[in-house]
Amino acid sequence: MSETGILKPGHINGETGTWEMVIGLEIHAQISSKSKLFSGASASFGAEANSNVSLVDAAMPGMLPVINEFCIEQAVKTGLALNAKINNVSVFDRKNYFYADLPQGYQISQFTKPIVGEGEIIIDLDNGKQTTIGIERLHLEQDAGKSLHDQHPSKSFIDLNRTGVALMEIVSKPDIRSPQEAGAYVKKIRSILRYVGACDGNMEEGSLRADCNVSVRKSGEEFGTRCEIKNLNSIRFIIQAIQSEAERQVDILESGGKINQETRLFDTSTGETRSMRSKEDAHDYRYFPDPDLLPLEFSDSWVQEIKKTLPELPDSLKKRLVNDFEITPYDASILVEEKDYVDFYQKAAKGQDGKLTANWMITELFGALKKENLTLSNSPISPENLGKLVSLISKGTISGKIAKDVFAEMMTSKNSPSDIVKDKGLEQVSDDTEILKLIDKVISENKDKVNDYLGGKDKLFGFFVGQVMKLSQGKANPGIVNNLLKEKLK
Amino acid sequence: MSDLLKFDLLSASIALKNKEFSSLELTNAYFEAIEKTSALGAYLEIIKDHSMNMAKASDKNINNGTSRPLEGLPIGVKDMFCTKDIKTTASSKILENFCPTYESTVTQNLWDDGAVMLGKLSCDEFAMGSSNETAAKGNVVNPWLKNSKMSPGGSSGGSASAVASRSALAATGTDTGGSIRQPAAFCGVTGLKPTYGRCSRWGIVAFSSSLDQAGPLTRTVSDAALMLNSMAGYDKKDSTSANLEMPDLMNYLDKGIKGKKIGIPKEYTQDGISQDIVKFYEKSINWLKESGAEILPVSLPHTKYALPVYYIIAPAEASSNLARYDGVRYGKRNEAASLDEMYEITRGNGFGEEVKRRIMIGTYVLSSGYYDAYYLKAQKVRRLIKEDFDNVFEEVDYILTPSTPTTSFELGQKQDPLTMYLNDIFTVPASLAGLPGISLPVGLDKSGLPIGIQLIANSFDEPGLISTARALERSAEFNFIPDGAAT
Repeated sequence: MSETGILKPGHINGETGTWEMVIGLEIHAQISSKSKLFSGASASFGAEANSNVSLVDAAMPGMLPVINEFCIEQAVKTGLALNAKINNVSVFDRKNYFYADLPQGYQISQFTKPIVGEGEIIIDLDNGKQTTIGIERLHLEQDAGKSLHDQHPSKSFIDLNRTGVALMEIVSKPDIRSPQEAGAYVKKIRSILRYVGACDGNMEEGSLRADCNVSVRKSGEEFGTRCEIKNLNSIRFIIQAIQSEAERQVDILESGGKINQETRLFDTSTGETRSMRSKEDAHDYRYFPDPDLLPLEFSDSWVQEIKKTLPELPDSLKKRLVNDFEITPYDASILVEEKDYVDFYQKAAKGQDGKLTANWMITELFGALKKENLTLSNSPISPENLGKLVSLISKGTISGKIAKDVFAEMMTSKNSPSDIVKDKGLEQVSDDTEILKLIDKVISENKDKVNDYLGGKDKLFGFFVGQVMKLSQGKANPGIVNNLLKEKLK
Repeated sequence: MSDLLKFDLLSASIALKNKEFSSLELTNAYFEAIEKTSALGAYLEIIKDHSMNMAKASDKNINNGTSRPLEGLPIGVKDMFCTKDIKTTASSKILENFCPTYESTVTQNLWDDGAVMLGKLSCDEFAMGSSNETAAKGNVVNPWLKNSKMSPGGSSGGSASAVASRSALAATGTDTGGSIRQPAAFCGVTGLKPTYGRCSRWGIVAFSSSLDQAGPLTRTVSDAALMLNSMAGYDKKDSTSANLEMPDLMNYLDKGIKGKKIGIPKEYTQDGISQDIVKFYEKSINWLKESGAEILPVSLPHTKYALPVYYIIAPAEASSNLARYDGVRYGKRNEAASLDEMYEITRGNGFGEEVKRRIMIGTYVLSSGYYDAYYLKAQKVRRLIKEDFDNVFEEVDYILTPSTPTTSFELGQKQDPLTMYLNDIFTVPASLAGLPGISLPVGLDKSGLPIGIQLIANSFDEPGLISTARALERSAEFNFIPDGAAT
């Protein structure tokens, strides 16, 4: 039992004590390749059914697979970005099973000798802490086609467009301890994939999907029996599915039952998992090395060449942002989440106050984009213009308050902030005589309040500041207004 | 016999170029021969109009002086090769109406070199068999002792029977464990299985991917060289194809074998081998010696495991390769209430007994719990068999063995699959090691059936194999013609 009554994420309070979750993820990432893993057919999404199907994909007699070298490069790049061991020799195996959307009757995958071995990544948690998650392996495999069961009352239709599309399966070690960590892990993997350009990470289109292995145990005990939840295509569903599955397992164990090792599906409408097939019904895939393909071999020097093409990755970028731009690690972790973000930020913050730029980007720009349903790539405000806005604030040309109006104008007009400030006469007034004129006017119009203030109603000071600012249409430099008012009202 | 049928591939090629006759005349003569020998059942599909068009085009090229190496020469194609818009069934009911939209690399190479296609030749179903009796449309008959209905061997039985009966000038075959060499031996023709990787497998119906290799069946060693010159070549569509230039084999025909070392493996002279074959094996050794070769005893100690290893690896790969014949996209389908039932009925009806047997064996040896004991172990032993050959090729240049333990047998005689599998005992080891082998006829046994002798060379030494085979062919002077040949 948690003494404070507030449970840490990943823990479940049961009748018999506190249970801990043990989670491992298999992420299927579609490689951003124009053509499929073993055929020249297009791998594009959304084409008319069965229009992207080659003779190889349809498994016509005598057809043979030929490896797409671009996909190998992407797997190696990703492996390097996951700090993982690159296996210079790997083998393609056939995973044999019958299904109508699997034309060959086997999927070409990598079983005993994957292209990438063990690695690890660091994930950022909501509490600002970090934790390391081990990577077991990464292997290349073909996607299957799609069975359509809702097109005809008694028949199923098959679409082979996806058949043979290149996937990387990234398998984590069972190091994840909460649904939130699982979410952070998927986010981090997605971010790394996007940095290296190996996968677009688009979960809605199915370019990134995860299978979650979940078990529960009492702290310090051996791992419990796990269940695998198949094919989750959003981070929200991953978090929900793990939580609900862990709770289901705790309920069973606490009522004296046993967990059956099985494959389960997540029902998004009920938010619960249900059994798909038990271990006993599992296929015997009869894996064996594909005799149509030679073992995949490459040299260390080739791997080194690939390494040179890697962009700077989020962890190193984050350190650099904290160092170079003096921003908080928290802001830095948000900015490195996506490559677009950090590229935008670095352009905007060039020669500017880094912290101020980060604030404006994270709070104002992200907020406005979200409201308008836009993304950074189609932002009406360019990084250069955001930088100029920050510069106007830092130099005192405009106040923070005016800056918000200028920002709103920038969102609609796309004009540069200096043009907006000039056109609308929004420059900050910092001239003492100008401001004193305004102060005098406010004092003369509010004699009674001045008396009250001088009589001890200190709180009225704010009122005077407000009046002066209002009179200046917000353009007066608030710092100077403050100082001069204090002098006047002594 | 039509005079035109007397020409072999090489001499016909010269005669065509000299305009002694036209390709159209030659092709016509072969269609008459096909008709006369139709009782042998070698052809599954004849495409006369197509053939005649090809012949006409060839005649044009000959007249224009732009002939290619096989210009105007009519040949047959084993039904394992996919041929564009021409029915390709692998002798199986499951593909009974399958018409590919593409041409296999090997046959395309032949057409690109000017050859004329006569039609598709029968074989054992999916090339699984040693007697041509597993073909869905029934067995082919060996033209030798035609009244006795002898087996042409298999799986390239249709190819061997057609070449022997003069109903094709030459033919393509595929060899997985002996499927070119054994029927060549049974039918008294020359059959060459090249090194694994020499010919592209693209477009050939797959039986066992790590063993399948295309090769020619011909009347002479020269003809085999001429055919393989065109068939072989690197193909980027086949990842296992060798990116190696093959020298023009015609330059190696008369190189002689003086000083070459020929190994005689002691493991290949065992019980159960026919006395007539032993006699001609010894004769062959002497002929090679007389031609200037040095004869050395060698040992291939793991030979006895070759057959069991083969009957694990080949069915394992076949069980997976044949999974695509599921009734979903092409070929035969039996409608049923559920997907699983559709698979069961379609595949149950579509495949013959031998194919089903091998799918079951293959599925079994790959199953979890059995994989290590069967498939993995077989792969290890396969490596040892390859090492046996590697060691022997450090001492000798070529290995001489009988092609088969017996000459042809009567159709329907061998009902027991295990006895049938023993037919390939001398051809399987070289297949497992990926080595090139050639079977050529050297004589007739007491009953008048041809005897084949096999030469095996090191990887990619087809040139040397051709020189040695040609030397043996000269000494053997085999020029018998079967009584079932076209007249």
